[in-house]
Order: sequence, then C-alpha cells, then structure tokens
Amino acid sequence: MTPLLSVRDLRVGFGQTPAANEVVKGVSFDLASGETLAIVGESGSGKSVTALSVNRLVDFGGGHITHGSILLQRSDGSVLDVAKSDEKILRTIRGRDVGMIFQEPMTSLNPVHTVGAQIEEAFRLNRGLHGAEAERAALEVLDRVRIPDAKSRLGYYPHQLSGGMRQRVMIAMALASSPRLLIADEPTTALDVTVQAQIMALLAELKAETGMSMIFITHDIGLVAGIADHIMVMQHGLAVEQNTTDAVLDNPQHDYTRHLLNAVPHFTSGKAVRADNERTETSEPIVKVDDLVVRFPVKKGLFKPRGAIHAVDGVSFDLMPGETLAIVGESGSGKSTTARAILGLNEKHRGAIATKPGRSRRPIQMVFQDPFASLNPRLNVEALLAEPAIANGQKLDDALRTRMRFLLDRVGLPADVLTRYPHQFSGGQRQRLCIARVLMLNPDVVVLDEAVSALDVSVQARVLDLLVDLQHEFSLAYLFISHDMAVVERIAHRIAVMYAGQIVEIGEARSVLSDPQHSYTKRLISAVPAVERRRQHFALDATQVPSLVRPAGYEPPPANWREAGQDHRVRIEEAK
Amino acid sequence: MNYVAQRLLTFPLILLGVSVLVFVSIRLVPGDAITAMLGTEAGLLTPAQRAALAAYFGIDQPIWSQYLRWLSGLFQGDLGISSIYGRPVFSVILERFPLTLQLALMSMVIALGVGVPLGVFAATRNEKPSDLVVRILAMLGQSTPSFVIGVLIIYVLSVFFGVVPAMGTFTPLFVDPLASISQLIFPAITLGFAFAASVTRISRSAMLDVLSDDYIRTARSKGASQRSVVWRHALPNALIPVVTLSGVEFGYLLGGAVIVEQIFALPGLGRLVLDAITQRDYALVQGTVLFIAFNFLVVNLLVDLAYVALDPRIRIGGR
Repeated sequence: MTPLLSVRDLRVGFGQTPAANEVVKGVSFDLASGETLAIVGESGSGKSVTALSVNRLVDFGGGHITHGSILLQRSDGSVLDVAKSDEKILRTIRGRDVGMIFQEPMTSLNPVHTVGAQIEEAFRLNRGLHGAEAERAALEVLDRVRIPDAKSRLGYYPHQLSGGMRQRVMIAMALASSPRLLIADEPTTALDVTVQAQIMALLAELKAETGMSMIFITHDIGLVAGIADHIMVMQHGLAVEQNTTDAVLDNPQHDYTRHLLNAVPHFTSGKAVRADNERTETSEPIVKVDDLVVRFPVKKGLFKPRGAIHAVDGVSFDLMPGETLAIVGESGSGKSTTARAILGLNEKHRGAIATKPGRSRRPIQMVFQDPFASLNPRLNVEALLAEPAIANGQKLDDALRTRMRFLLDRVGLPADVLTRYPHQFSGGQRQRLCIARVLMLNPDVVVLDEAVSALDVSVQARVLDLLVDLQHEFSLAYLFISHDMAVVERIAHRIAVMYAGQIVEIGEARSVLSDPQHSYTKRLISAVPAVERRRQHFALDATQVPSLVRPAGYEPPPANWREAGQDHRVRIEEAK
Repeated sequence: MNYVAQRLLTFPLILLGVSVLVFVSIRLVPGDAITAMLGTEAGLLTPAQRAALAAYFGIDQPIWSQYLRWLSGLFQGDLGISSIYGRPVFSVILERFPLTLQLALMSMVIALGVGVPLGVFAATRNEKPSDLVVRILAMLGQSTPSFVIGVLIIYVLSVFFGVVPAMGTFTPLFVDPLASISQLIFPAITLGFAFAASVTRISRSAMLDVLSDDYIRTARSKGASQRSVVWRHALPNALIPVVTLSGVEFGYLLGGAVIVEQIFALPGLGRLVLDAITQRDYALVQGTVLFIAFNFLVVNLLVDLAYVALDPRIRIGGR
C-alpha cells in the first residue's frame, strides 16, 4: 500500500541563496493513512519548516525547496509531488487535503472577521457551500470541537474568546474540509496545561472519529507520547532518529534523543524534588506575606455600578532564607500579580508584605519571562549590569566592574562579553545576563517570573541547574512563578498552588506533587503530560475558570484550611 | 453613541481655546488695521478721523473687552461684519465653502482610488521591480510642490490639447453636476497627486506588516486565493493608518488650498483667509479660522467613528 505522504531527501533553504542557507538538510519520512507522526525538536531544528513544506506554506515565509520530493496521495487516489507543483494546484491541496493548525491561537484568527465567517469561508473554499448551508455546516463543526453554545459563538470576534476556544475554532476550520492530513504545529504550546490536556484529548477523539493522519510538531517529547504512532527527532535540520513511539521512548538510539528524554525536565509526580533544604522551626522568614489583596477597578459605562477584578484575594505565605517557594497556577490565577505586588510594581488593596532587613538596600529583585524583551537592545552588557547599581547611587568604577566579571563568571559567561550587545546572545545566554543583573545588588530574594518558560527545553535544564548552584552560593531565596509542573518539580522546596486569585494548596513540594488534595491541584497534575503515563488517556473536561470580576464591596468568605500532613495545608472546598 | 456625545461636549472647549489664540495672534501681526484697509490713503487721515474709524470698528477698546464683545456675538450666531466685503462674515464663508468642500472630496476620492490599489499592489510585489517603480513614483509625488504640478497641468492642457481649464468661476454641484466637476477636476488632480503618493506609501507599509501576520498564513492554509488573502483578509486590517492619514489630509484641505486656488483662480476658503489676513479684516480672520477648526474637529470625530467601524476590537470591548 502506498503511504499517504512520502517525503524523500527534503532540503529547504532561505534567503537569496537558498542552497547555501539550508535549514532542512535532507529529511525523509513516510506517513501511512490514519497514523500520527510526531516531529520533535528544539527551536532551529527545522521541524516547523519541514511541516510547512508539506503544504508549501514555507514559500510565503521566504523558504525554497531546493531538493527532494514530497509525494502526497490525494483524495481521488492520484499522487502529487508537492515539491514541484505550482501555486494554482497547491491551493487545491491546502485545506482540502492538508489542514493545518498553528501555535498561536491568539494571532492565527483574523481579528476583523467573525469566527462564523472564517469557518464558513473554509466550507465555501473547499466544499462549495454557501449561505445557510455553510452556516449549518459551521455550526455542526463547532459542536464537533465541543464549543458550548455554538450558535451564539458564530457571531463572536476572535478577541472575545479565550485561547483554548480560539484553538478549537482553528481546529474546526481545519476540519471543515475533512482533510486526510492534519498538520499541528505546536498547537498547545501557548495554552495552559489543563487547556492543553483538553485540546490533546479533542485531537485524539477527532482522529479516531475521522481516521485522518496527523503530523504533530512539538518540543515536548512527553506531550506526544500518548498520541503519536511514530516519532521523528530532529536536530540542526536533520532527522537524527525515527522509529515507533515505544521504540524511541523506551530504547532511544541517538544521544540527542537520550538527552531530550533525560536531561530535560519531565514531570514525575514528586519523585524528582530537591532534598537539600529542610525547614527548621527556628529560622525567621525573609519575606512574610499576610492576607495580600490586589484588585483592579472595572468601570462599566457612566452610571452603572463599578466592580473590581479580584486578581489576588487573601494570599498569605512566608519564604525562608535559602528556600524556593514555587507559585504554580494557570494564566489569570494571580501568580504574577502576587509577585509584582511583592516588588511594589502593583498597588496592593490590602495586606502586609514584611521583609526582614537583609544584606542589601534592595533585598528583592526580579527576573522576567522574556529574555529578548527585558534587555534594552541599545545598551551593552556593561551598561546593562551597571544600571541597577547606578540607580542605587553607586558609581561605575573598577570595583563595580570587578563584581560584573565575578558574576558573569558565576552565571557561566566569559568576562569579555562586557562590550557586547544583547542581540549577540542566544536566549539562554540572555537569561543568564538577566540573572547576573539581578545579583548585582546582592539581593536576599529573587523573584523569577516564568524565568525559564521562553527557553528551549535543554537550555531550560541548564538554567535551572545554574539557579540551584547560585542559590547555594549566595544563599538566595527564590519565589519561582511558573505554570510548568515539570520545571517546578526540579527547583521548588515548597509549592503554593493558586487558582482564581487564591492559594488553594500549599506545602512541601514532594507532598503536594505526590499526594495532591485539592480538586484543582489534582486536575492540574493529571493534565501534565508525562512519558511514563502515556498509556493513560485524557478525559475531555470543559471546566472554565470562574470570572474574577466582582461587584463593588464584595468580600470573599473567609478561607478554612485543613492540615494534610506536616507542612501541607489545603483549603477546604465548599460543597456545591 | 455615548462616546460621540462625550466627544461633542469637548468641542466648545477646544473652539474657545482656538478663538483666544486667533484673537490674540492676529493682533500681534505688525501694522494697524486702518492702514491695511485704506492703503496709501490712510496717510491722508487726521488723527481725529483715525480715532473715529477705530471706534467705529471697535478696535480702540482693550483687547479683552473686544474679545468679550466678539464672544457674546458668537453665542448669538453672529461672527461680526467683514470689513472687506461689508457683509456678515458667516455669509461670506458659506459662499466660499462649497467649492472648498467639493475640491477636498474630489482630491480624496482621487487619492484613495489611486493610492490604496497602488500601495496594495506594491506590497504584494515587495522588492520586485514593479514595487520599486511604485515607490519611486510615490516619492516623486510627495516631493513635487503642488504649484509645479498645477502649472504643468495647465501647460500640457493648453499647449498640447488646446484646452484651457475653466478659471475663476465655480458652478455649484447641485446646479450643474457635470460642469461643476469638470471645473474642479484639474485642481483636484493637482491636490490629489501628493495626497495619493502619501496614501500609496502608507498603505504599502501597512499591507506589508499585515501580510506577515499569522492569520494570513491561516487563510492560505485554508486554500484561499491570493486575491482573497489580499483584499478580504489583509486589507481591512491595514486600513486604519490609511484612515488616519486621510483624516489629517482632508482636514487640511478643508482649510483651503491657497496655492492651488491661486493657480487656478478659484474662489475658495484658502484665498479668503489670505485676503483677510493681508487686509487685517479681523472679524473675517477670526470667523474663518474658527470655522476651519470646527471642520477639523468634525473630521477627527468621523475618523474615530471609522476606526470603530473597521475594527471590532474597538467596537466590542474585550471579554
């Protein structure tokens, strides 16, 4: 039987001389109909370019196929070499034979057309449906991707929907023409982990329903374990290993595959937590947060009553010297707002934040998520590192330069980078620079707001190791904000789980991760993809986060807590 | 609509500020009004006659009392009497305005009709020879002064075609639409030339931005044709900067186009303001500037309403 898709020695280059700037350097694979191939790799590995070559969207990004063939079996049984077809024919395979969903649901839908219009367009282009027929079809496909209240959603614009909903709309659009092949380019990377689980479950169900093939591109080998039949691992434009999923995961042949499986954080339900810091009753907290409340006022028109977004509601915790407290939760849970309030970047509505006088005038410093956006591109490294010191009244003298060199050495950068500019560094190096910058003032506490989330997985692992080393050397306390349970497991001593502005569970890391008590913590942890749990199936769960907008004067009922072990407290849930 | 009401409430405040500025600045121009009105004959006046004239026009009073008197007239719909024409200022303005409005509208139609398609075309041919040609044309259009283009048009028409553009007269649109439009077509082209060049450049760069957006890739992945991608998916997203530019340019044109009006001898607002200033017709200057400022505010409001119509993110707030 001929495969649905057969790619042979594919080479793709960019720029004026594509042959000299190859990003994909000879990739071959087959995909049988009904099967799922996962392409796994880090940024720059050529995984997306390979997939975009299959429907030739790569041409619009400046790419050129310089060599090789891409044989696609069309629905009428004929075989087409996509690599050599012209645009007119290519247009008929896009949508009709090959559907695609993308990484960024927030920007992948056209903001000026309604969701309904965009789905109907897909039906019009590929099935020739018009008017009421197209509308009925759009409604039907929205139901199939489990969008509640589909009829009214048709009239919505993309900005009125959440990220998970938008990704469902994208999937609905791709399904409109019942494609034989669906290419999913990191479709869940931008989504929260519980939403990711929902989308993965949906894709698995749709695949079973329709029998379509799928190419699934991801950097997270744990994510595809449950859905892929074959895995192809890519590095520097080459497929370094390809085999069945079980063979790749259980018996990896190539060093890079082993590296992805072992060096990279994977979630293991509390087995990989640190064991280097025991809390003693005698030590005094360096930061003590008591009943922190942050609200953002909402104005509705001129005369209607005002309410407020209760972003953080009654959060209390303490942080000991040398300890890592991780705050985990999904977007909108209030974890970043909490961190920003501690630094005074957000105004607090109520509550106390006490810091023990430490060794620095600025005891709390912060590292941000995006290392590309948080370094001023016009300043060189010396100026970047000097900035916090100068802002605190120091002079740029030899003593300061000595400290810069010392810290650069500690974060693993050579001292001669002082005259270089941010664009000359990779993402991981930039984040190291940001870490060196916060250490300039010798802080006691470093707030790390998703500090490794934007990094490639293997870089992530190295930066985490660096953070642990620095913590020991400078006896730093970390407040580590993250949505990624696997990362948190590697660095946290204690974990606070936030949901809808409140801490629902807090305690020692191993205890929280291995024996979660609160229903939300359980849901969160069961949604984390893991290699070892790959045979377990996700159930579809469409629970939505409640609205945090409250009428003026609303106060939440007082929290009741129960002990779930030594240093493990859970908020008692109200019976419904 | 709440929003429109709020905006309308700010209008009187802005106009009040404009009126103070204009009132003061016209009086800061050197030379006195009576000399400017009478020219050399002013030398024949005795001081007593001069004082009598000043009292007649009310310009012997302190500036604040002149202003208050003018303002109270304004509230009764009275902009004062023009000293040049000896008629109410408002009626003089209304006589000139239709021509200016029609000229501005015609130039805008030309500018958008030529500029947007050219800009879109250039964006889809990014860095190809045809894009380069369009960009050079646009640069030329922006940098050539309008009097050069105006004179060139008259020269070419009269020397090569033996046609002389109608000058000095204006037939209102509702009297004879065809004659009216043909009278203004050459001045409109002159004005529209530079305007079209700006529109071309801004729509080209906005389209280039939009064409690299993720949702364009999505549209292509659905199998949409190039034409549908460009006109249906990209253009509506690229129109906002075009609307902004058109609003500003249109606002300027409503203030009159002095040079083009001179070249084609058209009785528009531009020449009216120029005459009023050179002859120190205080009432006329104040009235016209206030009228022009009001037009600008209305145009800006229309631009904001256009944003609302174009972008659902502005029309319907976020979640």
